[in-house]
Amino acid sequence: MYNNEMKLEFISKSSNEAFARIAVAAFASQLDPTIEELADIKTAVSEAVTNSIIHGYEKKQGVVKISSWLKENEIIIEISDKGKGIENVDMAKEPLYTTKPNLERSGMGFTIMESFMDKMEVESVVGLGTKVTMSKIIKPKEDKDEEEFKMLMTNS
Amino acid sequence: MESKFYEEDKLLVLKITSEIDDHSVQEIRRRADYEMERYMPRKVIFDFDGVTFMDSAGIGLVIGRYKFANMIGAKLGLSNLTGSVRRIFDMSGILKLVPTVELN
Repeated sequence: MYNNEMKLEFISKSSNEAFARIAVAAFASQLDPTIEELADIKTAVSEAVTNSIIHGYEKKQGVVKISSWLKENEIIIEISDKGKGIENVDMAKEPLYTTKPNLERSGMGFTIMESFMDKMEVESVVGLGTKVTMSKIIKPKEDKDEEEFKMLMTNS
Repeated sequence: MESKFYEEDKLLVLKITSEIDDHSVQEIRRRADYEMERYMPRKVIFDFDGVTFMDSAGIGLVIGRYKFANMIGAKLGLSNLTGSVRRIFDMSGILKLVPTVELN
């Protein structure tokens, strides 16, 4: 069913945010994404991992887990924590909604994940944790070449 | 982060030279506030030319510095927004408050 799979676990330290997004980007690079597609994935992963660290675990230490699968030209990424969970997921997904404005959080995390990935789902149970599942189709190389060709033709 | 103050224009340019996420933003924020308090500029420009990655922590950074600049009577501007940095700022609506400016 899947062409490839990877799992990653790390403790909830903010210095691991860069590690997590770079590791997932390296895994995603097997699908030959463009720089823009890779930047989208890195940003979405960074948002989800940051949420687990600052909201899920707050100041406590816990473990953040990432599982990722490659399926033909699609990447699926699951990021989960065993933190405090989200009381109202719909509210949390609203743009600019944040429970931590004092930390200069913008409340744009879920909005960015939704718009940078093709699909995004949040499952959360208060007291048990949160799981974010996201996926993105990476356009095959031939399609990209064709787009580039069309651009060249219209520009000349 | 690199900072440069132009005395005659009372202009402070803060060039961010790292990735911007929830971790790195803490040091950027601390340095920016320190430089703004030290020079008391009339204009502050954040230069994003050296930013290779930014997530929503960048939005929080700009909103916070916008408030701080207002407090000390300075105007804030953003420069060299490209790629996904630009997209994230566009999405946030912050560019209605903080203009993008050209750096010479």
